[in-house]
Amino acid sequence: MTSLLLVTAGILVLLILLLVFRVHTLVTVMRGKEVGKIGLSNKINAAGMPIVFALGLIGFYCTYQAAKPHFLPDAASEHGVKTDFMFWFTMALLVIAFVITNTMLFWFPYKYQHSEKRKAFFYPDNHKLEIVWTIIPAVVMTGLVFYGLKEWNYITTFPAENECEVIEVMGKQFAWQVRYPGKDNKLGRYKFKAIDATNEFGIDFTDSASFDDFVPRELHLPKGKKVLLRIRARDVIHSVFLPHFRVKMDAVPGMPTRFWFVPTKSTEEMRDITGNPKFNYELACTEICGRGHFAMRFLVVVDEPEDYEAWKASQNRWSEDNADYVKTLVPSFKALKDTAVVATTDSSMVAVPADSANAVGKKDSVKADTKKDAPKAAPAKGKNKGGKKS
Amino acid sequence: MSVDTLHHSSHAEAHDHDHEHHEELHWIRQYVFSEDHKVIAKQFLIAGIFWALIGGCFSLLFRLQLGFPDANMDWLKPILGGWIKEGKIDPEFYLALVTMHGTIMVFFVLTAGLSGTFSNFLIPLQIGARDMASGFLNMLSFWFFFISSMLMLFSLFTSTGPAAGGWTVYPPLSALPQAISGSGSGMTLWLLSMAIFIVSSLLGSLNYVTTVINLRTVGMTFLRLPLTIWAFLITAIIGILSFPVLFSAALLLIFDRSFGTSFFLSELYVGGEALAHSGGSPVLFQHLFWFLGHPEVYIVLLPALGITSEIIATNSRKPIFGYRAMIGSILAIAFLSFIVWAHHMFVTGMNPFLGSIFMLLTLIIAVPSAVKAFNYIATLWRGNIVFTPAMLFSIGLVSFFISGGLTGIILGNSAADIQLHDTYFVVAHFHIVMGSASFFGMVAGVYHWFPKMFGRMLDEKLGYVHFWLTFIGAYCVFFPMHYIGIAGFPRRYYSFTGFDAFQSFADLNHFISIAAIVTVSAQLIFLFNFFFSIFKGRRAPQNPWKSNTLEWTTPINPGHGNWPGAIPHVYRWAYDYSKPGAKDDFIPQNIPYSQTPESNLPGEKDDPELK
Repeated sequence: MTSLLLVTAGILVLLILLLVFRVHTLVTVMRGKEVGKIGLSNKINAAGMPIVFALGLIGFYCTYQAAKPHFLPDAASEHGVKTDFMFWFTMALLVIAFVITNTMLFWFPYKYQHSEKRKAFFYPDNHKLEIVWTIIPAVVMTGLVFYGLKEWNYITTFPAENECEVIEVMGKQFAWQVRYPGKDNKLGRYKFKAIDATNEFGIDFTDSASFDDFVPRELHLPKGKKVLLRIRARDVIHSVFLPHFRVKMDAVPGMPTRFWFVPTKSTEEMRDITGNPKFNYELACTEICGRGHFAMRFLVVVDEPEDYEAWKASQNRWSEDNADYVKTLVPSFKALKDTAVVATTDSSMVAVPADSANAVGKKDSVKADTKKDAPKAAPAKGKNKGGKKS
Repeated sequence: MSVDTLHHSSHAEAHDHDHEHHEELHWIRQYVFSEDHKVIAKQFLIAGIFWALIGGCFSLLFRLQLGFPDANMDWLKPILGGWIKEGKIDPEFYLALVTMHGTIMVFFVLTAGLSGTFSNFLIPLQIGARDMASGFLNMLSFWFFFISSMLMLFSLFTSTGPAAGGWTVYPPLSALPQAISGSGSGMTLWLLSMAIFIVSSLLGSLNYVTTVINLRTVGMTFLRLPLTIWAFLITAIIGILSFPVLFSAALLLIFDRSFGTSFFLSELYVGGEALAHSGGSPVLFQHLFWFLGHPEVYIVLLPALGITSEIIATNSRKPIFGYRAMIGSILAIAFLSFIVWAHHMFVTGMNPFLGSIFMLLTLIIAVPSAVKAFNYIATLWRGNIVFTPAMLFSIGLVSFFISGGLTGIILGNSAADIQLHDTYFVVAHFHIVMGSASFFGMVAGVYHWFPKMFGRMLDEKLGYVHFWLTFIGAYCVFFPMHYIGIAGFPRRYYSFTGFDAFQSFADLNHFISIAAIVTVSAQLIFLFNFFFSIFKGRRAPQNPWKSNTLEWTTPINPGHGNWPGAIPHVYRWAYDYSKPGAKDDFIPQNIPYSQTPESNLPGEKDDPELK
């Protein structure tokens, strides 16, 4: 029924166009008008220019006002505040240029519309004018370049890793996963060949730094502290986008990337600011990756530093939750729950290389066995942090 | 296609069926495998229109999904069959629609359809040549394009669907059929089609360059060439230098997909298994792709700018302001276009130092573009403006060029691009500055040169309606996308319901989709006008726009060889409009200075050998 209506409507429109066309041609012929004589249509089109432009400007203003409340809240990161300012500052410049040029563009056609009484002004060039309006944009562009370079350099100059909370974010079709380094503050190495249905990251358990890594279901970030995201993907290109923090970096298979930033507003604070008690930060994918590209959402929480430490401490190690699996890779692995020594938050119970300054006299079984039984460590890959081998 | 009937009807009244007055060329050689640049131009134009309809329909389909996410799409089943699952467009097919829309519009409509039509049609006519340097290569250029079109068309109907990795087809997604079904046979056909398309483009470009350099008529120096020719010439040079790099990227991708190489692939775990590829870099593909990709947008834009220069000058009855500055800016844009490609790659993870360099170079390219915009506005100033539909579309082009070009300045700033990359802000930017501007240039060119192509006039009232609806409609579609992009909405999202952050602007998406439907529908007015006027339009006079350029000195229906007698000599530049003292408000290029003593400027005299 709908298709029938559409087809009928289409035919009617066609017939109307045909009639308009024929009537117009007949009328023109009957009136004996020469082809191309400039008449009322020219005046209407000429008037349309400034009118439509004025309406457009009003529309621009009104729609901007209507849209503004729906933009993202103010940036929740240190660099984000700076880049946001740079964005709006540049936009202001652009809008000024837009209004000036388009006003002339739509006013001149009206003002200088065809008239029998006038002749156009033969004005082929003005070299001085060309130079002026080449130099002015060039100066403005140069200014914008230096301004942008300043921000870009700030963002792309990475602090030392030991100053940051380092978190691995891995994209796959169609979800994100995050891995934290645990108490030793070292992310264990990974090998893509070790990836399987259980070990999604491909964590390499020949690296002793892997044992205390944990894989939570939410990305928690400490307010006010530097965060370094180590970003990777394991199948196609994805992209980590944290819109509220103005963070974006592609996740490329085979080429780990990174991005650092400082979150400045906790989730609680944002709930106050936005007036939305259910507000949550989110991580979105922003590089086309297949059918689930639009559905790769990961929850992000910014905690006050104390809450963040408490949250980290409360997380189970991945090796702990998957002890049976790890045993198949490292037979001598003993989960903490299986040992006589109860895991505490005391750092002396953490597995460390025997020759490190932090080694305690009482070696725990995990470390001693891995020294004896571990296969030859794979050669360190350039992209790895290159943690010490035990 | 019935190119033959187009010519047949226009000749019908003057000739009878026996074609006694023509050379003895079989109709296949005259209208199908023709070596006449005017026929080939029309073949490109019809093909461009065909592809524009398909590309436009695809955009309506995915705009239906975006604007009406809860609607039941079962009524599309007759056309889309199994791609409609449970009343919704399949998400992979959605991505395929987006991909094919981009591929079709950028390459098949705005490169082949724009350059292929107007470079072919205008170069010999405006420089004073009988035809292109090689009619045979020219014919091959169209028929390779035809084969490429067929392959791309076939890819739409494969069971696993057409290519779906975005028009930018980044690997690994485009290399792995197990990652998305469109990367199966659909992607293979895409690559084959593009490889052949590049062959077609190179053949055409070589012809254009050779013809402009070698076959200009007596007196047609480079500095007397109309700006259209400058634009087409430089565009062709850009194409020759940049398309082979896309060809190499496509070839390497074909190897990665089918012959086990790892140029772009490394450390992949897909479909439950670790793949053997190792050592490749996906970022390499991006460099190779964008090395063409950026010059490509200027290949799309420069011919439109050239056409606009010509139309604005003619219809303002004034010389184009700053002819030499216009040439200089075309050259500057062309040169700079080769060294800004990585501004598409600021957040790919490439070395940040590259980001700094490419930001600097990108913001420089804004300068010659600004100069062009100022020159157009200065041409309008104190003109005596006639609003033909072509003129309206040309002014519209300048508006889009300014609006879209300005947002490019923000995107070219790498620090600002972090937030905006891959959001709707980018979509708004390129649709305005490239899509709308070039489309308007193409349409303006059709309105302006239709009399020369078909010996008849397009209806101007329908043209006015077409312009206003399309101009307002295009702004209604693309301007709101800036807001959506500022709000962080990512590109190529099937729906936004999965995220709290992207819950706003449902109404705006709704509005955009409706505006898109209206705007695409308005093109039907143009289609009707175009096809109807070919057969029933008012007969064109010799020089309907009172223009200076050489194409208007040929007969109203030019035959092979363009001028029945000798090719006119050229004595002056193309922009002697409203010259003080002159009898008319225009002096065509082939009028010697000796015949216009009343308007000659000091120093203007005929070249010595041409007395």
